[in-house]
Amino acid sequence: MIHVSRKYRFSASHRLHSEQLSESENQHIYGKCNYPFGHGHNYELEVGVKGPVEAKSGRAIDTTALDLLVSTEILEAFAYKNLNAEISEFRNVVPTTENLGIEIHRRLNSKWRDVFPGQWPALDKVRIAETSRNIFEVSENGQK
Amino acid sequence: MLITKRVEFSASHICHNPGLSESENRELFGAAANPHGHGHNYIVEVTLKGEPDPVTGMVLDLKELKDLLERYVIEPYDHRFLNYEVAPFDHIIPTAENVAIDIWKRLEPHLSGRRGELHGVRVYETDDLYVDYFGGKS
Repeated sequence: MIHVSRKYRFSASHRLHSEQLSESENQHIYGKCNYPFGHGHNYELEVGVKGPVEAKSGRAIDTTALDLLVSTEILEAFAYKNLNAEISEFRNVVPTTENLGIEIHRRLNSKWRDVFPGQWPALDKVRIAETSRNIFEVSENGQK
Repeated sequence: MLITKRVEFSASHICHNPGLSESENRELFGAAANPHGHGHNYIVEVTLKGEPDPVTGMVLDLKELKDLLERYVIEPYDHRFLNYEVAPFDHIIPTAENVAIDIWKRLEPHLSGRRGELHGVRVYETDDLYVDYFGGKS
């Protein structure tokens, strides 16, 4: 079994603010991330897959097919967007990078078998860095 | 405890399956099938697993690990054309996946039964693409 990881980058803005919390609670919990006009990040997304090495190609995954999937389902959807305003899943869900990672995993997982119909390669993890110091990882079953 | 050492080598390769036609190779590997080959600065991270020796405080003497990597990885791989100069790539396609497996096979005999056993080999072909091999364990 081989694990292959591929990195992608996109930039987007967000504001961390929960309707279920008061103004002061929001400010207390989210700090700078709650400033009213939002702010942006250069997100670094790492998609990890696993599978056996296929004899014909010597590879565990067709990275061109993976690039196309990530580009169509994720980069085109999220790049240069305001996550709160433009991504329907974040209308009522705070676009923390935890939730963004889970949403990216869900989107990749829902199209995975269309692109990779066999048992392998399998989607192993989604790892997303919001800055170089804040990194979130979602594993196989979509749990944090 | 896991302990990881990183080394680097530069090499060229062609991703090409001789059992396939030129157009099939092109379709499968894209530009990587270019018959003249192309190169990368590969980064290899070797991870050992073990508990520190109570006397030395070390899992494995890092100087010894450095020497093993130098002898069994850097010396055979560095500045070589993998397909033509490094066995087993005369008959195995030198993808990053197969390079990781080969490096594992080269190192494992020298680390088995030691305090720090080989746990994983990570090979970066570029900054944006790496593979992990854990000796057949998932």
